[in-house]
Amino acid sequence: MIAGYTGADLAIALINVLLLGLLFVIGVAIARMRSLFAIVMLAGIYSLISATWFVALDAVDVAFTEAAVGAGISTALLLGAMLLTARTAKPEPFSRSIVPILVVIATGAMLVYATIDLPAFGDPDSPANTYVGTDYLERTPKEIAVPNIVTAVLASYRGFDTLGETGVVFTAALAVILLLGFGERSLSATFNRKKDKK
Amino acid sequence: MAGPRTDHHVILRVVAKPLIPIISLFALYVHFHGDYSPGGGFQAGVIIVVAVVLYALIFGITPAMRAVPPVFARSLAALGFIIFAGVGVWALIMGGNFLDYDVLFNEEPGGHMGQHYGIIAVEVGVLFAVAGSMLSIFYAFAGRVTEIKDEDW
Repeated sequence: MIAGYTGADLAIALINVLLLGLLFVIGVAIARMRSLFAIVMLAGIYSLISATWFVALDAVDVAFTEAAVGAGISTALLLGAMLLTARTAKPEPFSRSIVPILVVIATGAMLVYATIDLPAFGDPDSPANTYVGTDYLERTPKEIAVPNIVTAVLASYRGFDTLGETGVVFTAALAVILLLGFGERSLSATFNRKKDKK
Repeated sequence: MAGPRTDHHVILRVVAKPLIPIISLFALYVHFHGDYSPGGGFQAGVIIVVAVVLYALIFGITPAMRAVPPVFARSLAALGFIIFAGVGVWALIMGGNFLDYDVLFNEEPGGHMGQHYGIIAVEVGVLFAVAGSMLSIFYAFAGRVTEIKDEDW
């Protein structure tokens, strides 16, 4: 069926093709839809399928984060944002979408061209698996003694990066609060309404 | 909150309510099992927020804000960041580099207590910061809509 694959490899290849095909279909559907509610839901499904695909690529930690953040929180936040605006997007005339389509096609072609140079998936001689990656795998049991090497890299070897990431999340919350307020307006409004009734 | 007007959501409420403690428990599992399996403070923080968001979606934003006040959420975010940076300062005070967990307890070389407790403390900081920040962002968006109308579902 697919050249060069047999047995379990063929199954994984087929699963990858299926998942990527689903992602493509959902992407096209999102681009063509006008109902924002449906778009938000499809974006959540897109994240969930991405997470499944990351599991197929053995990136379990990334998949976990994608499922929790992309499918969980982002969908809820987008729903909240959607409730503040209109329910449907205005239809765009075709003439205005020609340039974006060309940009997307050109970027896609460049990315496909770039994948030709990428090492094969799981290649032990690839740059990601030779220098610092093997170093972490060798040194973590001696230096950190934590079974999950991802945690060791994240919290200990790359502690500065994680501190920065935490700072970014905190700053994002600060920025949203500065723009939209604390969100206590509805609470106080409800209290005031109850007081008025009394 | 649940009056006769909202009674047609009763199945949704009954099904979703027992999920909330299970989701919170799963978040704690993800957090404290982060040393052994995928997961950690970041994922756990997001999952805890998902439990609160689910509560807000089925019971309304006002009861959710009464259960987990917005001031608590944003204080939690700041506290988490302080815990993370505080571990770094602790290492500085013990004579090492910033965020160098090896020096936290003045151990012999080859001891891993500093690394273990350092990672746990840092993960708690990430958990608090992420949970507080995400919840603050959710409250900022959802707090501007007084109530989700039925036709919006």
